[in-house]
Amino acid sequence: MSGGGARIAVRVAEVTEVNALIRRIRFVRPDGGPMPAFSGGAHTVVEMDDHGTRRRNPYSLMGDPADTTGYSIAVRRDDAGRGGSLFLHRHVVPGMDMVISHPVNLFALDLRAKKHLMIAGGIGITPFLAQIAQLAALGGRFELHYATRNPALCAYGDELAARYGGRVHLYHDDAGQMIDLPALLAGQPLGTHLYVCGPKGMIRWVRSSAESAGWPRAAVHHEEFLAPPPGKVFDVTLAASGKTITVGTHQSLLEAIEAAGVDAPYLCRGGACGQCETDVLGCDGTIRHNDHWLTEAQKASGQKIMPCVSRFEGRSLVLDR
Amino acid sequence: MGLTFKDETFRGDFTFFNSPAAIRRFPFPFPEDSYMYSVNMEPHVPGRPGSVFEKTFDVDEHYVAEMRERARVLAEDPLRCQSLPHMTLAGWDLLELIMQAKAREYPDWFSLHRDGDRWHWINRPLEIEQRFTFLDETTLPCGPMEYITRQTQGDFSLQDQRNDNLWMDAGMVTTQADWSLDFDIGMNFFEWHAPVPLAHEKQIFTRALKFLMNVQHGVPARRFNWTMTIDPLLDTSPENYPKWGPSRATLTPENVGRRMHLRVELQTFFRLPRSNALAFPIRCYLIRFEELATQPKWARRLHRVIRDLPDELAAYKGFLRNKPIMVDYLAQFDDGTPTSPGWWAED
Amino acid sequence: MAGPDAFGEGIWAKKKPGAQTGAAGMTKTVFPPSIPSRPTYGVLAPRPGPAHLMIADGDGAGAVLDLVGAGDAGMAAGSHLIYLPGPDGTDRTAELAALGLARFHRAPSFAAALPRLRKVLGDAHMGVQIYLAGSEGLIGQAQREVMEAGLPHDAVQTEHRGTTVRRVQCVHCKGITENVATDPFTCGHCGLALFVRDHYSRRIAAFQGVNIDAEDPGLVPPPVEKFR
Ligand code: HEM
Ligand code: FES
Repeated sequence: MSGGGARIAVRVAEVTEVNALIRRIRFVRPDGGPMPAFSGGAHTVVEMDDHGTRRRNPYSLMGDPADTTGYSIAVRRDDAGRGGSLFLHRHVVPGMDMVISHPVNLFALDLRAKKHLMIAGGIGITPFLAQIAQLAALGGRFELHYATRNPALCAYGDELAARYGGRVHLYHDDAGQMIDLPALLAGQPLGTHLYVCGPKGMIRWVRSSAESAGWPRAAVHHEEFLAPPPGKVFDVTLAASGKTITVGTHQSLLEAIEAAGVDAPYLCRGGACGQCETDVLGCDGTIRHNDHWLTEAQKASGQKIMPCVSRFEGRSLVLDR
Repeated sequence: MGLTFKDETFRGDFTFFNSPAAIRRFPFPFPEDSYMYSVNMEPHVPGRPGSVFEKTFDVDEHYVAEMRERARVLAEDPLRCQSLPHMTLAGWDLLELIMQAKAREYPDWFSLHRDGDRWHWINRPLEIEQRFTFLDETTLPCGPMEYITRQTQGDFSLQDQRNDNLWMDAGMVTTQADWSLDFDIGMNFFEWHAPVPLAHEKQIFTRALKFLMNVQHGVPARRFNWTMTIDPLLDTSPENYPKWGPSRATLTPENVGRRMHLRVELQTFFRLPRSNALAFPIRCYLIRFEELATQPKWARRLHRVIRDLPDELAAYKGFLRNKPIMVDYLAQFDDGTPTSPGWWAED
Repeated sequence: MAGPDAFGEGIWAKKKPGAQTGAAGMTKTVFPPSIPSRPTYGVLAPRPGPAHLMIADGDGAGAVLDLVGAGDAGMAAGSHLIYLPGPDGTDRTAELAALGLARFHRAPSFAAALPRLRKVLGDAHMGVQIYLAGSEGLIGQAQREVMEAGLPHDAVQTEHRGTTVRRVQCVHCKGITENVATDPFTCGHCGLALFVRDHYSRRIAAFQGVNIDAEDPGLVPPPVEKFR
């Protein structure tokens, strides 16, 4: 089975500037056929040919999951990032042909919940847009608390408030508005599930507040994609394919493996799904584990690495790939 | 299509048998001369023309009779089909998957016309025609999972995926190898597999679960499981064990060839798009020893597999007490010549 | 011997949760290793939360006494305990009543406690801590109610104490027999001789009973007292 599994050839149908930082891209099939349905919270991996560098970045699907005419993603421009978002901002135009993966969901709703309490920060709103559309269609009970810097950056805030009224609560940092998390968590009926997507700090705040308020772990869900962090250049030997490759500063180990023509599995490319787990055959140096997947014990053992986000510093690294 | 659906029974007079064509396409599950549990998974891609792998959901000569048998089992025990409330969406996903696949792959027998969410389904072998609204339960005579699995061979379970595990939260189970949906519904992957010997220690379930959690939409997978059944009894349920259990004490060297059946499950795994659930169709194929013995490679290999099977497995599969009779019978077909790798009879 | 000092004074306050209390039937039960569907139990420990709901029967009283003893001074004020006598008749109501919990209710049976339990769960908020202690039948049935109310099953703390009699469902007739002590036993509903498996369903809150002489009718081994 090849790398990330099934792919879909798509054409860019629309590009919309949502605000100063965010642009929405809509994909359809070139032949106008239906896209697969998906579940709220799913993401797709968008493949880009960025002037010779192959990039594959995950983006949450933000449309109504029942709408199979096309997929929409929202991309926040990251000027300091590795270039995927800049490519999508600068070079993608309507009519362009691209390849994306079938949807994968690592942030699914727990459909048993008696109520869904959602907390979004900034671009973290995107998976909730799809989940809310799904819940609205199924008659599910939800409540959204959405924080952004200011009204201008509050993408889709007005639309959500207009459509769902009192179930949507907006907060603007610049106006000093803060989610009163302790009060919010204290008043929820038994059977509520809590979802959070946003900046790292917000996820940490919500999870730890829920824990100290006595919420069970299994009722708290979060989505956090790690962008592969840059780092020092290093060399890796791929034992199974008999190649030695160099991983550049702004390249992930997985990207370097792929660039060498070696097929490697992946799903999320963000250290969350476990699919890219690779055996380490030899290691003289330090693995920089950046994933959420391996246990602390596995990380300490040095026998596994998640090439989508993790790096290496030292003399030599040999992988079973 | 040049296939006639047989009128046959899986109880009472047991008139079930395989036509010569059905024997040739039987999914013999042993690629080598020995057997042990393993994570034996492969992509569910179309296989050799004519084989049970050719289509997404194989429809064979037993289709109509098996569906009639399912209806009887459900009439006697409605608990064989259950869906916890949050699994209805997964039921619609399954209905869509099956209807689309059957209409595409067997256009002579099934057709599906979609006009937005207004669907029109025709199942000619079962003489069913249904207009309904997709995602509206009130427009079907029963829930979506029950509706479509009353028209599809094999058992089905639907797994919700949450908290790093799979949860068997819905199913249609009338042709099972001695396990109870009514008891197991709501369990997770390790819990419903709890009674299986040896495999937990070998980390088979830990690795299998990792694989399954990452099965992607559009990339289904499959594997085989197998056991032995006396008489072509599809419904070997724990519920009815007092009814079928006594047959195990009636096997003799004279009747083993006719009465003992290899029971093969072709298990497939599909990620469902709207619910993110994992569908698990378990298609059961039966073949009596006499029928299997018409394929020399299979008969030789089956003798070796059964002879060398660890007793724990034979006990779990319920044929330890009859193993000597089975091995003696199969020995006559094994002249010791090597068998070729792979499961195809003719290779 | 009396239970540990209910008010957390003296040696009991310093003892690690789950440390042996010395008296048979009052300590955490050690079950032989088994299959993954067989429930396992821990030791109740206070966890932060705005409210504490405890449900116990029989010797589970000891676990509740230890729990409250290990908790901070405010725990009793946020606690609600529902207690019923154990399957073997053990009734430690007096000790528990003396704990001074905000709410204490003694019910004669689980069936009698059920309407109250459902009301309390319906009124509860996320964050409530739930503690179950005593026989497997009580723990399982209470856990099922908590799950129905929407909490994940593993959000509930459980501690087994006292009798090991089992609640068993006959897989054939679906009838449930309470307080099964022997293996095999006779189904209280259909009369079949059943052997008791370790396979356990949280949804049914029972172990599975399967006909022991299905293949050879009449060949039933003598019952052995396995669960006391
Ligand atoms: C969602 C997918 C699956 C479901 C719903 C499922 C369900 C079951 C059930 C209900 C049983 C009977 C257990 C009993 O005795 O009560 C069973 C047996 C078993 N399962 Fe699975 N299973 C699944 C996937 C797998 C996979 C991927 C493997 C791969 C290794 C596997 C390996 C086995 C084995 C080895 C047995 C024992 C079978 C025998 O010896 O007859 N299962 N399974
Ligand atoms: S691809 Fe998901 S963890 Fe690496």
